[in-house]
Amino acid sequence: MSEREPAPVALVLVSHSRVLAEGAVELAGQMAPGVLLLAAGGTEDGGLGTSFDAVEAAVLRAVADGRSAVVLADLGSAVLTAESVLDLADPDVVERVRIADAPFVEGAVAAAVTAHGGADLERVLAAAEHAGTMFGADAVRADAGEGGEGAVDDGVVRGTATLRNPLGLHARPAAIVARMLAAYDAKVRVNGANAASVLELMKLGATRGAELRIEAEGPQAAEARDALVAAVHEGFGEV
Amino acid sequence: MTLDVAWAVDWVRRSAQAVAEHRDELVELDRQIGDGDHGENLNRGFTAVVAKLDALEEPPAEIGDVLKLVATTLMSTVGGAAGPLYGTAFLRAAKATAVPELDTNGVVALLEAALEGIVVRGKAHTGEKTMVDAWTPASEAAATASGEGASPAQALAAAAEAAAVGAQATIPLVATKGRASYLGERSAGHLDPGARSTQLILQAAAQAAA
Repeated sequence: MSEREPAPVALVLVSHSRVLAEGAVELAGQMAPGVLLLAAGGTEDGGLGTSFDAVEAAVLRAVADGRSAVVLADLGSAVLTAESVLDLADPDVVERVRIADAPFVEGAVAAAVTAHGGADLERVLAAAEHAGTMFGADAVRADAGEGGEGAVDDGVVRGTATLRNPLGLHARPAAIVARMLAAYDAKVRVNGANAASVLELMKLGATRGAELRIEAEGPQAAEARDALVAAVHEGFGEV
Repeated sequence: MTLDVAWAVDWVRRSAQAVAEHRDELVELDRQIGDGDHGENLNRGFTAVVAKLDALEEPPAEIGDVLKLVATTLMSTVGGAAGPLYGTAFLRAAKATAVPELDTNGVVALLEAALEGIVVRGKAHTGEKTMVDAWTPASEAAATASGEGASPAQALAAAAEAAAVGAQATIPLVATKGRASYLGERSAGHLDPGARSTQLILQAAAQAAA
């Protein structure tokens, strides 16, 4: 964990399986070290199921110190247990907690990275819930519709960079890209993918030697592009 | 004639006993269309409830106190969807029964509150092969009996009977809620374990009042 104060929005990951909840915390935490991530998986005795007490304890810890929290749950009873916890919680806790209708792992990663950038509750929630649409048929159609070929001089700043690190644009570098670009007032796309989205970047499957086409728009488009090109050239600290 | 706190305690103990006796049956029903943990989970929950009842220095003052103890214990110990579902049912029922004694209208209010809790928590409607398919006819039967001047015991007997019919009626249904919905058409032909456990619990309520 970061030594800084955790981000204002924490995540509670509720699973039937303790191992799955802890694994999701580990995975999301790698990309968002500044976010308080709490696992609430399995029953009290370590079996499969969800524990009201464990979820309640995690939610209360998540919202301590004035934080808000997004809860992600895997299957039916995990959602029901989380809802029951909120049913019985104090109103001032309830108003700072949202249960995301999102895929467990993908939603956790997307929400964690967004929370790491200091986003507020509704934006973190939206990031989790949007994660679901990136893997279905809709996502494929959206990709097909945005080739970007034939674009003319329309204020878009372009650049290219070749991946140098051995594993390419895997989870950690993708998170670095999404996080660093959050600092710029610019919309950036990499090979057509939204560079603010870790999941879209990872879906590119770009490996070492792949050329990245960078397109940036907005007041700080050039700075964002330059920062990204530099980070790619440095191999994200992995070479 | 009214039902008192001793009835509520007896209901809970009889429910625990029925769930223990039918544990394997519930496990088997759930194995066919779910994850096979319903009997195990519910038995663990009601065993914990009985332990808490045994630990009480003196019986609670109101029926709602007993039902609230059931609610919080089931939520904490069941582990599966039955925990929050029955937990919310008993919690709503507890709020509707903050009295030392229940007349027939009180019994109807208890069942309606419990049903409402399950519907709110599970977002299920009748015909989706869930415990709602047993609770709904039970609640309606108690209300009808109440309108005909039934005693609390008679209203509960009518509810238990309707729950049994409702549970059996889940057999041909295709599940659209809960874990069984992953099976789609293949869920047809099986009795829903949640409807079955509802039947057992309402039977226990009627027996405790008889």
